[in-house]
Amino acid sequence: MLNELKKSLITAVWFMFLTFPIMVIKVNTVYNTIVWRWHNLIYIGVGAFFGSMIWRWLHYKKTHISERNIRERLKNGLQNAIVDNKKVLYTLIAVAVAFTFAFPHMSNAYQINIMTTALMYVVLGLGLNIVVGLAGLLDLGYVAFYAVGAYSYALLNHHFGLGFWAVLPIGGALAMMFGIILGFPVLRLRGDYLAIVTLGFGEIIRLVLENWNAFSFGPSGISGIDRPSFFGLTLNLSQSMTALYYLVLGFAVITIFCVNRLQNSRIGRAWLALREDEIACQAMGIDKTKTKLTAFALGATWAGFMGVVFAAKTTFVNPASFTFLESAIILAIVVLGGMGSILGVILAALILILLPEYLRAFSELRMLIFGGSMVLMMVFRPQGLISNVRRKYLFDKMNFGGEKTNEAK
Amino acid sequence: MKQNDQTLPVLEVKGLTMDFGGLRAVDHVDMEIQNGEIVALIGPNGAGKTTFFNCITGIYTPTSGDIIVHTKFGEKRINGKKPNQVTELGLARTFQNIRLFPNMTVLENVMIGRHCRTKAKVIGALLRDPGTRKEEKDAAAVSYGILEKIGLTHLANEMASNLPYGAQRKLEIARALATEPVLLLLDEPAAGMNPQETEELTGLIREIRDQDKIAILLIEHDMKLVMNLSDRIYVMDHGQRIAAGTPMEIKNNPEVIKAYLGEEADA
Amino acid sequence: MDYFLQLFLSGLTKGSIYALIALGYTMVYGIIQLINFAHGEIYMIGAFTALIVASVLTILGFSGLSILILAGIAAVIYSSAYGYTMEKIAYRPLRNAPRLSPLISAIGMSIFLQNYVLLAQTSDFLPFPALIPEFEFLKPVSHIMSSAELVIILSSAVIMVLLTFFIKFTRMGKAMRATAQDKKMARLVGIDVDKVISLTFIVGSSLAALGGILIASHIGQINFYIGFIAGIKAFTAAVLGGIGSIPGAVLGALILGWTESFATGYVSSDYEDVFAFALLVLILIFRPAGILGKSSAQKV
Repeated sequence: MLNELKKSLITAVWFMFLTFPIMVIKVNTVYNTIVWRWHNLIYIGVGAFFGSMIWRWLHYKKTHISERNIRERLKNGLQNAIVDNKKVLYTLIAVAVAFTFAFPHMSNAYQINIMTTALMYVVLGLGLNIVVGLAGLLDLGYVAFYAVGAYSYALLNHHFGLGFWAVLPIGGALAMMFGIILGFPVLRLRGDYLAIVTLGFGEIIRLVLENWNAFSFGPSGISGIDRPSFFGLTLNLSQSMTALYYLVLGFAVITIFCVNRLQNSRIGRAWLALREDEIACQAMGIDKTKTKLTAFALGATWAGFMGVVFAAKTTFVNPASFTFLESAIILAIVVLGGMGSILGVILAALILILLPEYLRAFSELRMLIFGGSMVLMMVFRPQGLISNVRRKYLFDKMNFGGEKTNEAK
Repeated sequence: MKQNDQTLPVLEVKGLTMDFGGLRAVDHVDMEIQNGEIVALIGPNGAGKTTFFNCITGIYTPTSGDIIVHTKFGEKRINGKKPNQVTELGLARTFQNIRLFPNMTVLENVMIGRHCRTKAKVIGALLRDPGTRKEEKDAAAVSYGILEKIGLTHLANEMASNLPYGAQRKLEIARALATEPVLLLLDEPAAGMNPQETEELTGLIREIRDQDKIAILLIEHDMKLVMNLSDRIYVMDHGQRIAAGTPMEIKNNPEVIKAYLGEEADA
Repeated sequence: MDYFLQLFLSGLTKGSIYALIALGYTMVYGIIQLINFAHGEIYMIGAFTALIVASVLTILGFSGLSILILAGIAAVIYSSAYGYTMEKIAYRPLRNAPRLSPLISAIGMSIFLQNYVLLAQTSDFLPFPALIPEFEFLKPVSHIMSSAELVIILSSAVIMVLLTFFIKFTRMGKAMRATAQDKKMARLVGIDVDKVISLTFIVGSSLAALGGILIASHIGQINFYIGFIAGIKAFTAAVLGGIGSIPGAVLGALILGWTESFATGYVSSDYEDVFAFALLVLILIFRPAGILGKSSAQKV
């Protein structure tokens, strides 16, 4: 016990030293004055003291409870109780569906707007989840495909007056094309190199959009993009916001449906195998390049669709919306949610997007917490909030050509 | 068709050579495996056995030589083909250090082996048309059948990472069988097994050959298993093939004894 | 000709700074095969620490060279402390995790550190004092080369020579090379691998801090985001030269510095960063092993 206290004390002192110049001293370089913020030192000290205790406790838990134990516990745990028990699962889904459908009637335009954004991130998260979570390809330039979709709509609308519904498939297709063109040369690279190349590619797209004024109107972007039309109705602003909400909701539902079907298919299994062990995967007769490309292109397509929706929602696009930070946020959603887990990604997207909106104090610290929690998740809970549950097959003993039930989640 | 004719070769290797920089890991090795034969490849550590395996299965592209597979579609030279293409042509392998897909279920691991024998694409996965559904069902059924043969059905829905060691080795074989091979390549299948498990494994390998008419090439250090099981044995040392023959011939071959026991044994 | 020389020297200056940062990437990669995504942030923290210390010292009445030296020492100490702590928190627990886990952790660390500085200090650009004095003897050629450039080029060269000596001839340097070759074997012969890895982070971070203070006093302003771009560019340099190879990192950095300098000088300055990114993408696609790197066959 005393030893523990000593360890924590040392950590606290160390962090007080570490953060001293940046947390305590603030220099005004214009008037040459210094503000000393000693109170910060106390916060850091106390925070680090208890933080290190929690850290060691989590570490102890992680190392002393074996994997098998965790799985045993999971079997009886809440998550499996929900997923395995159809009654509970369906009730929960019904409540969630009822809530999301009724939402616009219970709230104001501001909240509808936030909820629409959150749902867009659900879709983006699920799209990136195909690439990162299922196929195990770390894509740090996902936002590039989002930008391709958004600019497709912005430019086609600006120059040719094309409507939302006409551009939606075009945006998706263009993003897919970009995905394939980029994917073809880079997908043979090793995982970490792939991450950096996609990052570089994302930044190139953004920088080109910023500098190629004749094409993209530079940093000032394109404004006055048409909102989507719905069956030729004339809608006022709040009505069209509501309509957009339902549109994105529909998208989210379709995405969930698609990803769920994909992950329990021949292709989905190949993605997982690729994520788990590339060499064994090839030795089992799976074409590595083709399988990766499929995942990459599908993920890109989803980003493209959402890009079009984004342009239609904000009626304005400029390169500042497509920075690396945006890719990092989407990645954080996938990582926190649990790679490959649909439920986890939905939950993480809602938490990460809604929480900063509703808790103002939280919003300043948003990116700090994103970054910190990515580290913590990797260290203590790499499977994410909700780990991916694989489908179970049940066989009739007499006739193994038989039935499989329990169509997962 | 005379594809199951005993005298027809499945695999012919001629003058296979593999260089890593200046190091010659495999040096002009010849090999021929007949249909339905169990062949062992033995040799001291570092003799180039696994490299030889990796060349045949497409993980390395050999520096020179020919690897020819006889399939029902005719002869195919497979040098430089990708591992997945080699598997599609009917060569399936296991790994010395087990390489399962740990976060997938046992059944799913085997179903991965069905990948190259099935066709469903993204559209099929999304629409789940009758054709895709039937294919999925068949894939699951065939995989289950293989698990039954191997004796792992009770673990079908467990995560592969939760299996005990021996079961993991068996699962690797099950997974390879699911690709419908004509030749099964086993890289030290008995490594780390106790005598009883090794006994079981011997039975299993024999069964695979007898019932499924699959030829088997195995690398193994357990001499009892090798002598018991093999029809013929190839011996490698320093990248070269130093002997080939029946277990009896190999046992009494002075070259082989020298390779295993060192030069002094000569005297 | 003057214009060419000017570009050549500014490219060499940039290249020297990239080299100082790239060395940290390459050493860490060489030893634990991790792209330390947050390495750029260490450089940024070095620059911030130097700025803060220099400002405080200026207000306290210190002057000239003593500020440069003290600020430099503070930057080195703090950057290595951050590097050391970062490794302990974000990477050490993931030593045996799947390859992408530490990379994701590193990305998280990078975002965290950026926002930490943003929140604790400011999001604005801060003017960085010109710590490097103007030399009289450079006056006649001042249109070609500034004193800061000369100092940067010379000090980088000295630092790199020292580093080479350290790695080649000292006990710790040898332990580092052994660990990079084979961790298991190194442990068997009695090398404390954890300590060596920590040391690698400390050395890499110190180099980044020196790079940070040199470039900041040359350019004259910093903000919380400088680490990101500098990090990517240094990484490009490391990959270009062949990641894991120390001379490779220097070579790659110089090539990158010149490419940028000449491309912006003769082609267009709008796309300065695009050149670097494009170079990065192209090398990784066509020669992922880099110029001096060896492509290694994967072990099965």
